[in-house]
Amino acid sequence: MEWEAAALVLDVRLFGEADAVATVMTREHGTHRGLARGGLSRARASLWQPGNIVRARWVGRLADQLGSLSAELVHPAGALAMDDPLALAMLRAVCAVAEGALPDRVPHDRLFTGLLHLLAHLAAGPTLLADLIRWEAALLADLGYGLTLSPPAGSNEPLAWVSPRTGRAVTEADAGDWKARLLRLPRLLLHDEAGDAGDWRDGLRLTGHFLARDAFGLQHRPLPAARLALYDRVAAMETSLDA
Amino acid sequence: MGGPEVERLIALLAKLPGLGPRSARRAALKLLQQPATKMAPLAAAMADAARAVKTCALCGNLDSADPCGICADPRRDRTLICVVEGVGDLWALERAGVHRGLYHILGGTLSALGGTGPDDLSVTPLLTRIGEGGVAEIILALGATVDGAATAHWLTERIKPLGVAVSRVGHGVPIGGALEILDDGTLGAALRARRPV
Repeated sequence: MEWEAAALVLDVRLFGEADAVATVMTREHGTHRGLARGGLSRARASLWQPGNIVRARWVGRLADQLGSLSAELVHPAGALAMDDPLALAMLRAVCAVAEGALPDRVPHDRLFTGLLHLLAHLAAGPTLLADLIRWEAALLADLGYGLTLSPPAGSNEPLAWVSPRTGRAVTEADAGDWKARLLRLPRLLLHDEAGDAGDWRDGLRLTGHFLARDAFGLQHRPLPAARLALYDRVAAMETSLDA
Repeated sequence: MGGPEVERLIALLAKLPGLGPRSARRAALKLLQQPATKMAPLAAAMADAARAVKTCALCGNLDSADPCGICADPRRDRTLICVVEGVGDLWALERAGVHRGLYHILGGTLSALGGTGPDDLSVTPLLTRIGEGGVAEIILALGATVDGAATAHWLTERIKPLGVAVSRVGHGVPIGGALEILDDGTLGAALRARRPV
């Protein structure tokens, strides 16, 4: 058994002294693990960095074996993001969420396309956060935990809040006295907008709540530390802009 | 093969870095063939090291004295602290003889999935050392990896408000390295870190 495809490196863990168990995401095969021989050796460590876009080749005797992965670098997103704290925080968060939330070897075409876009455009700066939040909402939808963002029948009022229990969006008027218990819905999830620091914080809080409760909580795992760190960074960014 | 003692010796040697079962067997055979000149001195040295070596309470280095020889050396520049991931990194810098200040061993880097968090690293002792005063610069000598860079940014944000300069080791073209064989990421880092000559 073998395949070769464009792949995104999501996670790399040391195995033995210099080998690594790498998790990559491909369009055709979803998230896929494999043994990268010498993956964390001096010569190959720069290739197997999370976020890198590679041309990967997986070989295994049987389809359900771990198999071995080899790769050639296409775009060193990990190295290019290292000097920019926000780009690095976004890279680590999306890789950790994809690695932890997506089931093994199940293709998710639009999630792959979205993640490829995010990793290839990390230099775009904070406006990429809107795409990241939309990608997380798409991930929740693909996993079956999608938010219900359609307005009630006959209503023209804009949606503004989301129930943390049902994931259903409601209008400002319908939220009424319950606002304190609801999650704010940023406009960037309804329209193709970049948003501002407040929208990014609200969006990350919204998708983070459902990722933690559904995508990770049902696996009895916490939201990845890198995703929590991204929220903290964006929340601090909004505070500093306010000041 | 040679009794349970030999098997146990081979099994323990095989757990050491760089040794597998085959090389462990070769090492065990060499030791067993020369017990007086090879095995007994090695066993004595290991027993002495296990008894005497401890972790330095200041920097985290391994030494028979606490504070370690580096922390206790009055000729060291005490205004400079170089932060490294592990003792191996400290030894590498000492071997090169390029840093005349003190060290602080962090004990790893932050992991994206939560395997290693801030509480697992020696951060509070570092901030305490800085808070005690007399430190002018912190040099972050962490690995050029995604986790190493994330840890460096995280530490920088905590150290800078204390009024101490923070720098990091350069990333780029290695000495003796030809540009054409470098990967794209290293080339990009080298170009970003260019400086006027």
